[in-house]
Amino acid sequence: MALLEIKDLRGGIKDQDIINGIDLTVDRGEVHAIMGPNGSGKSTLGKILAGHEEYEETGGTVRFQDKDLFELTPEERANEGMFLAFQYPVEIPGVSNAYFLRAAMNERLKYRGEPEISAGAFRRLLNEKMKQVDMDPELARRPVNEDFSGGEKKRNEIFHMAVLEPTLSILDETDSGLDIDAMRIVAHGINQQRTADNAMIVITHYQRLLDYVVPDYVHVMYQGRIVKSGRKELAFELEEKGYEWIREEVEAAG
Amino acid sequence: MEAIETLAQQEYKEGWVTDIEMETAPPGLNEDIIRFISAKKNEPAFLLEWRLKAYRHWLTMKEPNWQYMAYPPVDYQDIVYYAAPKNTPQYNSLDEVDPELLETYDKLGIPLEEQKVLAGVAVDAVFDSVSVHTTFKDKLAELSIIFCSFSEAAQEHPDLVEKYLGTVVPYRDNFFATLNSAVFSDGSFCYIPPGVRCPMELSTYFRINTAGTGQFERTLIIADEGSYVSYLEGCTAPMRDENQLHAAVVELVALKDAQIKYSTVQNWYPGNEEGKGGVYNFVTKRGACKGENSKISWTQVETGSAITWKYPSVILQGDHSIGEFYSVALTRNKQVADTGTKMIHVGKNSRSTVVSKGISAGNGQNVYRGRIQVLKKADGARNYTQCDSMLIGDRCGAHTFPYIDVGNNSASVEHEASTARISEDQLFYCKTRGISTEDAISMIINGFCKEVFQELPMEFAVEAKKLLGISLEGSVG
Repeated sequence: MALLEIKDLRGGIKDQDIINGIDLTVDRGEVHAIMGPNGSGKSTLGKILAGHEEYEETGGTVRFQDKDLFELTPEERANEGMFLAFQYPVEIPGVSNAYFLRAAMNERLKYRGEPEISAGAFRRLLNEKMKQVDMDPELARRPVNEDFSGGEKKRNEIFHMAVLEPTLSILDETDSGLDIDAMRIVAHGINQQRTADNAMIVITHYQRLLDYVVPDYVHVMYQGRIVKSGRKELAFELEEKGYEWIREEVEAAG
Repeated sequence: MEAIETLAQQEYKEGWVTDIEMETAPPGLNEDIIRFISAKKNEPAFLLEWRLKAYRHWLTMKEPNWQYMAYPPVDYQDIVYYAAPKNTPQYNSLDEVDPELLETYDKLGIPLEEQKVLAGVAVDAVFDSVSVHTTFKDKLAELSIIFCSFSEAAQEHPDLVEKYLGTVVPYRDNFFATLNSAVFSDGSFCYIPPGVRCPMELSTYFRINTAGTGQFERTLIIADEGSYVSYLEGCTAPMRDENQLHAAVVELVALKDAQIKYSTVQNWYPGNEEGKGGVYNFVTKRGACKGENSKISWTQVETGSAITWKYPSVILQGDHSIGEFYSVALTRNKQVADTGTKMIHVGKNSRSTVVSKGISAGNGQNVYRGRIQVLKKADGARNYTQCDSMLIGDRCGAHTFPYIDVGNNSASVEHEASTARISEDQLFYCKTRGISTEDAISMIINGFCKEVFQELPMEFAVEAKKLLGISLEGSVG
């Protein structure tokens, strides 16, 4: 059984479908890149999968770890092992990053019927993960994303991912707004999390992140559909020819 | 945001009525009633005289109407001004206390027994008008700390009472404080002798219990030179269909180098969704930093009452004295809170800090009203005020009325204000990390109130966080 199985998914925002029939299967150990021009529905796909209230599925099915995804609340999806790294991470004033993560961690343990993590064990886990993703320990003490720079916010998303150890991570334009050095650090953090047991969907507009986080598969979205799939070479082709090429192909086939 | 709609619908958990025979004065207010109250309490003559002066002055006063709220007129002749549990001997042990009364405390989560053993908190419990139980007295007595009911203090320490009563809130002060001065029932009295640091948090639990019984507590705390005391006040009230007036007075006196920390968690019955049946809480709380380097801190968490109307204030008389006010006020349903502080800078280099956090949900209205006054001689006085509001839903309101009055050019006064709301984005972010809406709200609110909570004594902070969580259950979603 695949980790994630999307069949003919349709949906969007307020009676307007943005996703027009997507099929995608993701297995453990795989990294799938989803590319496409602005407005093609990449981020919408991530939000529908994570369960954003303003987005709604209008057709098709999604099974995640052999469960009907749409039967699960957003927090149940998270506790089942799904993770969404935000394009624009949200600030939560007055709540320290460490406190926030411990609350999230304990929700997860409770959901799985396991005892809460002790303060000491959690501290050790944080230290280990901070090293792994090259995170300034100061940022763990500060309120979640408050007064973080753009790069720090993105790095914090990867830190959350490292601590929560999801089985499926959806990274929504994690490279946007990063300079090349920051992107290298973030990419390194992402690569540290890759195992044979988990999978990632990397949503990106540009090919450059994929130089560092090398995908197993690349899918190109256009007008709410996956119009082309291939191996990592497809990303290079896109970089070279631009999205105009895809547009022409789709219209020619149309 | 459907869940916002249901914000205010948590049932009041502590609503019940205890049936204990009362010895009750007839309703109404006149000089005979005041003489009756005073006689019941075996009060010294000066106190009766003081009550009568207050009453006569009250007759000349008009009820104020400048507040941001409306409430039905109170019929002061319909209020019972004295009610006491029928047998009022001073008990020697808990065994002698009416079991039903003890059960009431259990429901409130303040079992005296447990508190005695566990918390190291001395509890002066006020049940309606008369103190029935005082603990830890012996331990405090070793340090010559006086902590007892006001009535007891009037009999056993009349010199202290006479010396300090009304020195911070004079009997002519305002309509409600004057009424209180005339008819006050009981309350707590505390005196910390010079150089003594009170080794435990002193606490008192007030409870309104008899239908139509106005509550007029009077609390007086005196910290003599170089002493320190931390005082906790916490309240809940049973569900009632008629509004209950509560007009307490709290006076704090800090002499040279003394410190008083006064913390309140207030959770009286706020009324139902239509606002029916809640408590009116019209309180006068004021402290005087009389000596050099003295310090008074007010910390309050207000989640109850239909209407809260109070401004815990500090008169900074001593040079280098410090006044602080940290407040969280939460309103939902039809609750109104008009609260804030007055910092009156008289002494040189006196400093004050004001941090106010207002949270409004449902149809709740939250008003911050503050006055920072720097008098002519207060060279180098400094104030910092921060006033933050959080709105949950679109039917509530937050209002800020800061008054600043500076009479000295060397003073520095800062005022910052902000308004925020819990965003859908924040909630979604929390959910993608596995945190439910309710936990997310309580986390965000606790984060918003952090600066205030960290001023509360530990166990009170825990209680306050829980209280906000419960109060906001189902409020956003």
